[in-house]
Amino acid sequence: MVRRRRGAALPLPNGPRAALDGFGRAVGSASVLHAPETTEALRALMTRAAAERIPVAFRGAGRSYGDAALNGGHLIIDTQKLDRVLAWDPESGVIDVEPGATIEALWRATMADGYWPWVVPGTMFPTIGGCVAMNIHGKNHFRAGPFGDHVLEFDLLTPTGDLLRCSRDDNADVFHAAIGGFGMLGAFTRIRLKLHRVHSGNLRVEGLAVPNLDALFDAFEARLPHADYLVAWTDCFGRGKSLGRSVIHAARHLAPGEDPDSTRTLDPNAQDLPDRFFGVIPRGLMWRLLRPWINDLGVRIVNAVKFASSRLLDRAGREFTQSHVAFAFLLDYVPRWRDAYGLGGFIQVQPFIPADRAREVMRRILETCHEHGVVPYLGVFKRHRPDGFLLSHALDGYSMAMDFRVTPKNRDRVWKLGQAIGDLVVESGGRFYFAKDAVARPDQVLASFGSERVAAFAAIKRRLDPDGLLSSELSRRVLPDLPALDGPT
Amino acid sequence: MQRFRSAIIVGASSGIGRAIARRLAADGTKVALLARRQGELAEAQAEIAKAGGHAVVRVHDVCDTDAVPALFDGLVEELGGLDLLVYAAGIMPAVAEHEYDFERDRLTVDVNLLGAMAWFNPAAAYMEGARAGTLMGISSIAGERGRRANPAYCTAKAALTAYLESLRNRCSRYGVDVVTVKPGFVDTAMTADLPGHPPGLAPIPVDDAARQCLALASGGSRSGFVPKRWSLVAFIVRSIPSWLFRRTNV
Repeated sequence: MVRRRRGAALPLPNGPRAALDGFGRAVGSASVLHAPETTEALRALMTRAAAERIPVAFRGAGRSYGDAALNGGHLIIDTQKLDRVLAWDPESGVIDVEPGATIEALWRATMADGYWPWVVPGTMFPTIGGCVAMNIHGKNHFRAGPFGDHVLEFDLLTPTGDLLRCSRDDNADVFHAAIGGFGMLGAFTRIRLKLHRVHSGNLRVEGLAVPNLDALFDAFEARLPHADYLVAWTDCFGRGKSLGRSVIHAARHLAPGEDPDSTRTLDPNAQDLPDRFFGVIPRGLMWRLLRPWINDLGVRIVNAVKFASSRLLDRAGREFTQSHVAFAFLLDYVPRWRDAYGLGGFIQVQPFIPADRAREVMRRILETCHEHGVVPYLGVFKRHRPDGFLLSHALDGYSMAMDFRVTPKNRDRVWKLGQAIGDLVVESGGRFYFAKDAVARPDQVLASFGSERVAAFAAIKRRLDPDGLLSSELSRRVLPDLPALDGPT
Repeated sequence: MQRFRSAIIVGASSGIGRAIARRLAADGTKVALLARRQGELAEAQAEIAKAGGHAVVRVHDVCDTDAVPALFDGLVEELGGLDLLVYAAGIMPAVAEHEYDFERDRLTVDVNLLGAMAWFNPAAAYMEGARAGTLMGISSIAGERGRRANPAYCTAKAALTAYLESLRNRCSRYGVDVVTVKPGFVDTAMTADLPGHPPGLAPIPVDDAARQCLALASGGSRSGFVPKRWSLVAFIVRSIPSWLFRRTNV
C-alpha cells in the first residue's frame, strides 16, 4: 500500500489548482496557481518551474479580457500579494511599487498630496504590473501616451535568474520591450512611476450627443487640441444615418486656484463611487437587474433610452464637474457587471485604425458586425498616439472597443466576426491590443506588427529566456514562434 | 443518451467501472482506464478493443494520491480533452463482530474517499475552466446511515456523497455536471459474499447498473439510486429512528 511521501517536496503540478478565466469570461482554463508573497518566493518558484520544465505565465488581477493571463495545464504565478508601496516622494511625485499593487492603491496613496496617475484604465482594479506588461492606455491616450510613458524604471527578474534594472538609460532595449511585452521577458519586482500633479480632485466635463459616425469624428477633432480626456460611448445598434451615434465626454484638469475647495476634493475619501443607482438601487444588486436586459432586444432598448436622454440633456454641450474616480472608472460603477453576460461571457475586440483611414474603416467595422448578425452591446471610442515601445498597440489614430456577448450558439460566429475585424485592422495598417484580444490569428498579428518588430522582440526573449520558460495562452496563440518550452526555441 | 468524446474511468478493472467503460467505448468515447490490477486492466482493454473501441490504460493505485496530478494531466493531453470522469474505485472489507482494525479502516477511507478527492480536484478545476464536463462518483446507499456492519465503509461513502454534493453546488453554475450514483445491490465481486437479500431487491446485472449510471449522467447534475427502486429503501432506512435502528441488523 502506498503512503504519502511526507516531508519530500512534491512536484509543482501537485500544488493547488484554480479554474481561471479572462475578464470577459468567454475563455478560461485550469492551472496550478501560486501567489508568492515575497520577491524571494517568486524567484524560488521560477527556479523550480525551470527545473521541472513547467511553462509559467504571470497573472495580476485577471483584468485582461482575453487569454493574456491564462496558462491551462501549467503554472500561473499570481502577483497580487506582492502589493507593497515601497517609496513615495510627494515632492517629485515619484513612487516605487511592487507589481501587485493596484491602480486603486496608487491613487489612494497619493491623491491627498495632489497627485493622480498619468494614465488609468476604465477600472481601478488592475495591478500596476499588469498595466505595465500590457502597456495600457486611458481616455487621455492622445495627450498623455500609454502607461509605459510614465514608467521611469523597473527591476525585471528574468527566467535566467538575473535582476535587470531597466530604464530609458539602462537596458533600454529591454525597457522598451518589457513594457507591452505581456509578461514574456520576466517578472517586474519593482516599478518606479512618475505621477501627475493635479490641483483639484475634480475634472470639468462636457457631455455631447452626436447623431452618427461623421459627427463623432468631427466633434473629436474639434476637441483634440484642448481636451485632456476624450471618450465616446457608441450605440452600436444605430444603423443607416444613425450608424455610430454616440455620447462624447470630454474633460479637462482644473488649473491652480480654479478649485477653491481643493483640500476637500483631493481627499481620497471624497472620491468614492455612488452607493446606489437612481438613489434607491444598491450597487451590489445592479448586475442582477441588468441580467435580463443583456440580449439584443434589451440592449437595443437600453441604448436607445440612454442615447435619447443624453441628446435631450447634452444637445448644446452640457458642462459639469465630476471627481477623477467618477469620470475615470466607469466600469466600476456596477460591481460584477460582467456576470450579467451569463455563463458564456463576452469578448472584447478593440481595433486600432490609423487616423487617415479611420472614418471609412470604423464604418466598415460596424457594418461588418451588422452583417454577421452580432452587434456589440458596448462600444467605446478613443483617440490614440504612437509611442516608442517595441510591441505597441498605439498608433496615430482611433480605436473602437466593442463587447460581444458569447453564447454556446453564437461562439463560432463571434470568433469569425472578430477575425473579420482583424482582417480590416491588417488591411488598414492598424494594430491589435493584447490586453483585450482573444481571437486574433498569428498571421494577422505578424502582419500588423511587422516581422521586423516581432523578430526584435524574439531576439530579446531568446536572450532573457532562452528556454522559453515564460509563455501564456495568448503568446502561444498569437506569436507561436516565440521560444517556449516544448515549442520552437 | 448524452455522447461523451473522452472519459477517464478510475477503478475500471472490475464491477461498475469496467461496465461503464465498456458501454462508453462501444458508444465511441475515447476512454482511459485506471486500476491497480494490471492483468484485469489488460483484459478490460482487450475486451474493448475486440468490440471495436479504443482504450488507453494506466496501472494506478488510488492510494498513491501524489501520482494523480501528473497522471491526470498526461491523460487529458492524450485524450485531447476530457468530458467525463468516473470514480468507481471502491472497497468494502468485511468487518467481523468484535473486530476493530484501524489500518483497514484507513485503507477503506483512502480508497473510497481520498482517492476520489484526489481525482475530482484536478478534474473539477479543468472542467470549470472549460465551462463543461461531467464528474461522476459511485457512492453507495451505505452512505445513507451508519450501519453496524461496516463503520468505515459507511463513513467513507457518506463523506463521498457530501463531497459530491458540495462539488455539485460549487461547479454546476459553471456548466459542470456532478452526478452522484448510489447503488444498491449490483451483481459484482463486492456484493458476492453478502448474505441473502430482501425480496424484490435482488442484485441487478452490472451492465444494467452501468446503463442506469450513464442515463443518470444524461440528466445533468443530480444524485440518484441504481436501481431506482432503492430510493424507496433509502427513504425507509433514513426514516428509522436511531433508538430502533441500533436494534436491527441492517
